[in-house]
Amino acid sequence: MNYKLLFSHRKLWTLGRRRSTSRLHEGIRVSGQALFSSCSPKVCVVGSGPGGFYTAQHLIKARPDVELDIYERLPVPFGLVRFGVAPDHPEVKNVINTFTQTAKHSRCNFYGNVNVGRDVTINELKEAYHAVVLSYGAEGNRTMGVPGEDLAGVYAAKDFVGWYNGLPNCRELNPDLSCETAVILGQGNVALDVARILLAPINDYILFLQSTDITQPALEALAQSQVRRVLIVGRRGPLQIACTIKEIREMVNLPGTKPEMLPADFEGISEVLKDVPRPRKRLTELMLKTALETPGEKELERRKSASRSWGFRFFRSPVEVLAEPRTNKTSAIRLAVNRLEVEGFTRAVLTGEVEDVTCGLVISSIGYRSLLIDPGLPFDSRKAIIPNSMGRIQHTPGVYCSGWVKTGPTGVIATTMNNSFDTARSMMEDMDSGALDVSAVKSGSQSITALLRGRGVKPVTFADWEKIDSVETKKGEAEGKPREKLLSVEEMLQVAQT
Amino acid sequence: MSAFLFVPSLCRAALPLTLCCCVVVFCTSHHRSDNKVTVNFINRDGDRITVKGSPGESLLDVVINEDLDFDGFGACEGTLACSTCHLIFDEEMYKKLGPVTDEEMDMLDLAYGLTDTSRLGCQICLSKSLEGMVARVPESVADIRQTKDAEVVSFYKH
Repeated sequence: MNYKLLFSHRKLWTLGRRRSTSRLHEGIRVSGQALFSSCSPKVCVVGSGPGGFYTAQHLIKARPDVELDIYERLPVPFGLVRFGVAPDHPEVKNVINTFTQTAKHSRCNFYGNVNVGRDVTINELKEAYHAVVLSYGAEGNRTMGVPGEDLAGVYAAKDFVGWYNGLPNCRELNPDLSCETAVILGQGNVALDVARILLAPINDYILFLQSTDITQPALEALAQSQVRRVLIVGRRGPLQIACTIKEIREMVNLPGTKPEMLPADFEGISEVLKDVPRPRKRLTELMLKTALETPGEKELERRKSASRSWGFRFFRSPVEVLAEPRTNKTSAIRLAVNRLEVEGFTRAVLTGEVEDVTCGLVISSIGYRSLLIDPGLPFDSRKAIIPNSMGRIQHTPGVYCSGWVKTGPTGVIATTMNNSFDTARSMMEDMDSGALDVSAVKSGSQSITALLRGRGVKPVTFADWEKIDSVETKKGEAEGKPREKLLSVEEMLQVAQT
Repeated sequence: MSAFLFVPSLCRAALPLTLCCCVVVFCTSHHRSDNKVTVNFINRDGDRITVKGSPGESLLDVVINEDLDFDGFGACEGTLACSTCHLIFDEEMYKKLGPVTDEEMDMLDLAYGLTDTSRLGCQICLSKSLEGMVARVPESVADIRQTKDAEVVSFYKH
């Protein structure tokens, strides 16, 4: 059975059932746009990552009258699916197929290259639409707040990920990979993505990476990398680790590498495991097996032939990044040793003890952070989210949120999907109850595109993106990759506007 | 009887070049229409939807081919990279479904409303022995995972 073929003419089941309805609407739109437009609820979504697209998908499907516009700051859609998901996880990017069908729906329009907050304000969007959904994600990052954080050789994981994934403002990062040991602070899935990429250039794995959409400059830099050992550091213990089991299993099986754990970190863990729910239990058991069990013959052989290593380091917080005095480059990181205290939740408390780990590369992966894009919006700066209830933004009628700006930067794609559906449901409830008034006539994209034109902003349509997509796919084909991403906004716009 | 083969997904790491195809359930299909298998889905509203699938198809295939409207179902298109085709069975049927790979369990661990008889629809291959099966689409309740996990943390005393 050819699975690819099966999906190539697969229907968008979430929308497909209403295919006849959408055709009907398309007809009306062509023959009398003003008539149709005046009586339909108009919604805009700010941000075209999973949060934005899943909200859009649910709204379009559940309300056959909604007209929806998606605004995106970059000329290219899909947010973290394009710029966050690791290149060696191409299967996760299959969600793009469904997003594309949403974008091409007759009641959906995409406007890329529009920076909401700068090119157009939230108030202007509120004026033009019945409802606004903010799903612009978390483009900032939490900082460690320790001396030496700005030294050469210290990078935010967000930028490192952006670099190998072709995020335009990270293309000049050129990380220095000439050292042997890299320390990653944080133990979430992003930390493990970075670890895998750093350890990849060995054996088959580099060949595999060559067949992904990783950028060519990153691939070349990684091929020259001297990094042989990656330590992944967390404040708390194995039971609090933030990554998911799939990512740990990938590390355990990563070709050419062996685990390097500290058995003492796992003391007392197996005793508490029996009362722990299955997901946490299985994840912890996998770590215990890796750290403590004597490997079988085959695994022993595998570990013996490994030229690179990785390991978790628990109960450690960064205190200072130390520099080599002569070059002023990162030479080590000083870590404080923690113990755990349980007070409702488990927190790390300093013991006063410190230790230095020699390393030339420090990548801080302690979390993304949403930014405030309009001073008129409420914002919880401690949690770095927009305060909301089921996606309804506090004290701001008609404005909703979804994705990481709603929940904070956690969860897998299914988490964002469900949360985004919730936001869409909230909005529909409000439409039905009258809490959201959709009776007034709104101008929608007509007035916004006019505003943008006046300000010299030329939006990129979905058809324009398809031109970029086709150029990228062609460039990739020559190298045996699914695509070779265009690396600058200028290049993207040039292709879009030809 | 349809022969089916779960390609061991351990090969994902060992042979990353085959990453995209080795997680797919390969089955030999019978194309005779009289050989169809009846499948009952219980959707999120509790409604029963009865459809037929061919031996060899996965339950995700059936959902797609029959154009069933389970919002968000099968986001990664059957590549074992998400948990959105999560289905729940009764114990007896669950036992008939055969062994579960570690990789499927890993993804199930991220599913909303995980039960002891949960499976991923993309990994279940239809055969005549599953005739009349009932598969329930779990309700998607946000934040269930975070709540559960927060409780776990307090188990740990160092």
